[in-house]
Amino acid sequence: MTRSNAALLVLLVCLAALPLFGGAYALRLGTIACMYAILALSWNVVGGLAGYPSFATAAFFGFGAYATGVLLNMGLPLSLTILLSFVTSFLLAGLLGAVLLRLRGHYFAIASLSLVEVLSELVNNATDLTGGGMGLNIPLASGSGIMADAMFFFYAMWGILLATAVTVIAVSMSKLGFGLSCIRQNETASGMVGLNATLYKSIAFGLSACFVSAAGGIYAAWVHYIDPSDVFDVLYSVKPIVMALMGGLGSPIGVVAGAFLYFGLEEVVWRNYIQIHSGVLGVLIVLLLLFLPHGLISLRPGMFRRKAKHV
Amino acid sequence: MWLTQVLINALVLGCLYACIAIGFSLVWGVLNVINLIHGSFIVLGSYLAFGLYQTLGISPWYAIIVAAPLFFVLGYLLQFLLLNRVINAPVLVTLTMTFGLDLILNNAMIYFFKADYRKLTLSPPMGSVSLFHAVVPIDRLIATVAALALTGLLYLVLRRLRVGRAIVAVRLDRDAAVLMGVDVKSIYAVAFGLGAALAGCAGVLMALVYPISPLTSSTFLGKAFVVCVLGGLGSVSGALAGGVLLALVEGVGTTFLGPEHATTLSFVLLIVFLIVRPQGLLGRKGFE
Amino acid sequence: MSEGASEILHLDNVSRRFGGLQALRGVTLGIARGEVLGLIGPNGAGKTTLVNTICGVTPASGGTVTFLGKNITRIKTYQAARLGLSRTFQIVQPFAEFSALDNVAAAALFSQPGESLTSAREAARAHLAFVGLEAQATQPAATLTLAMRKRLELAKALAMKPKLLFLDEVNAGLNSAEVARATKLIHELAAGGITIVMIEHLMKVVLNVCTRIAVLHNGQLIADGAPRDVIKNPAVVDAYLGQQYAQRNAAGV
Repeated sequence: MTRSNAALLVLLVCLAALPLFGGAYALRLGTIACMYAILALSWNVVGGLAGYPSFATAAFFGFGAYATGVLLNMGLPLSLTILLSFVTSFLLAGLLGAVLLRLRGHYFAIASLSLVEVLSELVNNATDLTGGGMGLNIPLASGSGIMADAMFFFYAMWGILLATAVTVIAVSMSKLGFGLSCIRQNETASGMVGLNATLYKSIAFGLSACFVSAAGGIYAAWVHYIDPSDVFDVLYSVKPIVMALMGGLGSPIGVVAGAFLYFGLEEVVWRNYIQIHSGVLGVLIVLLLLFLPHGLISLRPGMFRRKAKHV
Repeated sequence: MWLTQVLINALVLGCLYACIAIGFSLVWGVLNVINLIHGSFIVLGSYLAFGLYQTLGISPWYAIIVAAPLFFVLGYLLQFLLLNRVINAPVLVTLTMTFGLDLILNNAMIYFFKADYRKLTLSPPMGSVSLFHAVVPIDRLIATVAALALTGLLYLVLRRLRVGRAIVAVRLDRDAAVLMGVDVKSIYAVAFGLGAALAGCAGVLMALVYPISPLTSSTFLGKAFVVCVLGGLGSVSGALAGGVLLALVEGVGTTFLGPEHATTLSFVLLIVFLIVRPQGLLGRKGFE
Repeated sequence: MSEGASEILHLDNVSRRFGGLQALRGVTLGIARGEVLGLIGPNGAGKTTLVNTICGVTPASGGTVTFLGKNITRIKTYQAARLGLSRTFQIVQPFAEFSALDNVAAAALFSQPGESLTSAREAARAHLAFVGLEAQATQPAATLTLAMRKRLELAKALAMKPKLLFLDEVNAGLNSAEVARATKLIHELAAGGITIVMIEHLMKVVLNVCTRIAVLHNGQLIADGAPRDVIKNPAVVDAYLGQQYAQRNAAGV
């Protein structure tokens, strides 16, 4: 394992100690930070490693949130619903990936963005199951006090983040990660050396979906109420990209650092400039792309400097 | 009877859709940039028409004349000062950049104009007319004709004007255009400016047809996506074909499946087209 | 032409069309085990298309391709690679950010079942040494010279343990010392028992290395046979070699 991957795991273990230092508010922040890191790490598998500009994150986040919400309403336990949405989203994304990842560049970006729209509309129209645009109320999972709840959901989100990080690190050291890197650099050559690019890309897309979906599920149970415009918000697709760009494409610790930094900035902006927070986010994006296109990691001279390939 | 109404509606709406999409298509085709600010440009155009009519009583027909140069300058500057710096970066970067710019513009509009829906109502209202037994509101009809005129104007600019020829040259082969002495960066800025001007004018026309709110920008953007992919990239005829096809699909979808499924249908169609016929109805294959 | 069991690859009436362009017209060709076949012809004759068609990059629009008795006409590129068909590209196709070693390791890793990343890197070292790139093992492929990148292509192709190797203009753009070095490598490979099809414009190399020559012109096979016969063939002289070459050759160069 490289030093930076080990550092990432240490960082996550330290994060687990958060409840020792903070109250319910700190836990709320910690939960969202973990969620963002999950989204960013997941996106990085398909966007950073394989080099496909996916905007589908929101689709899987919403999918997981609704799958969990609906199943919880049917009386299934939370752990089982999360597991189910994890598995189904992996399979669904794998299948979709086999088709959509034949597209490249802008066409893939638009198709993945449309996926968000399609799922959102489907949920919107399946009123009987999802409550449609009115949203879906989700029964309380535990209800044993504010602090206990906050603690429970923080550790649930943290657990998924840890699983994501371990998976992503394992992928980056494996044949799969090596193959995805080949695909990013030269897809034609990948096929010529015997790499089944379709299979690899499908798995990557599946991996980029399943943890996001699980996080969406935890989120739904946590906030008790979801509606399509909330969980299928395109911002859930764009923020992970900004975080990954902020930290440095491809490097797990860079991406997680980017997620935490982004979340910190967002929180400050939210608290102080609620009316113009999205505009400030926009300014941030523009400045980032103009002045730090390879992310924070590029500030460390010589190390991990990777040039993003034209996609 | 029913069929003519659906067809006429599709034709009228299709031209408006083409007008929404044409600037987006131009920018995508020439600059290879998916311009996510496009939807907000359209909404801004609507606000311009609304403001001019409410405060100064200037009719939307004249507002187009004001909007075109204003938006051209806005687009030109945006491209020249910001987007040209990242124009050779990967898709991800340019796409995210225009997303960031869209956030800024959209937030600014919500801040200044609030998010509630407004409607530009002409007084006295223009009524409606019967065309082949189908009922069409007159203001909508005029908007359609104006949309067609704008698309036609772009066609003429690309065909006849020197700068138009340069834009087409850059679209077909950037490197060759550079060798022929075309200043690509300024052509990019002109093309982006034209795209913005078309969006602004489309917005003025949309003000006659749809309620105005910053929240509608993503709907316009979504339509532009679909029209471009269906019709094929970067050609005027492609945008018209895509616009009419989308309007037809929506019309038929609404009739048979109900209005709530029309959008789903159009996006499913988008994905199918991307996979099966990425060059669109009238586009050329192998051009990204 | 058919030599039955000793044939490693057989093309039967293979055609390929790109829109209005007929790039290959009914090519029928057998390649025997252990042969070094030179594929020559003017630019645009369809040589690279033929290789692409065999390797599944642009599958044939008509006819059949048989490799080791198996119909591979509709095969995918990665499947072709795993069957033992490997190739170098006319325009080199490295994984630009990877080191030379990892480039070759990728070829070993994905073409051989059961190979691990560690074992692939070990195998890669040997292949880099064979083409004389061991000193550049850790260098990113993007920083290598053209000649080195061509040899890297060769090392990648070899790491796939090919049964049939296509060399697409491995000598284009190289100086004469580099050509001599590449030619020596090809000789060694042929001696090692790999069947080779090489697209090549340098007739000196073709005549030096190849045991047989096939000539493509406008997508059609216009000649096929022993090198000495083919270069005297009037159709080949007309289409490709030119009168001067024929006369010089007749004079006994």
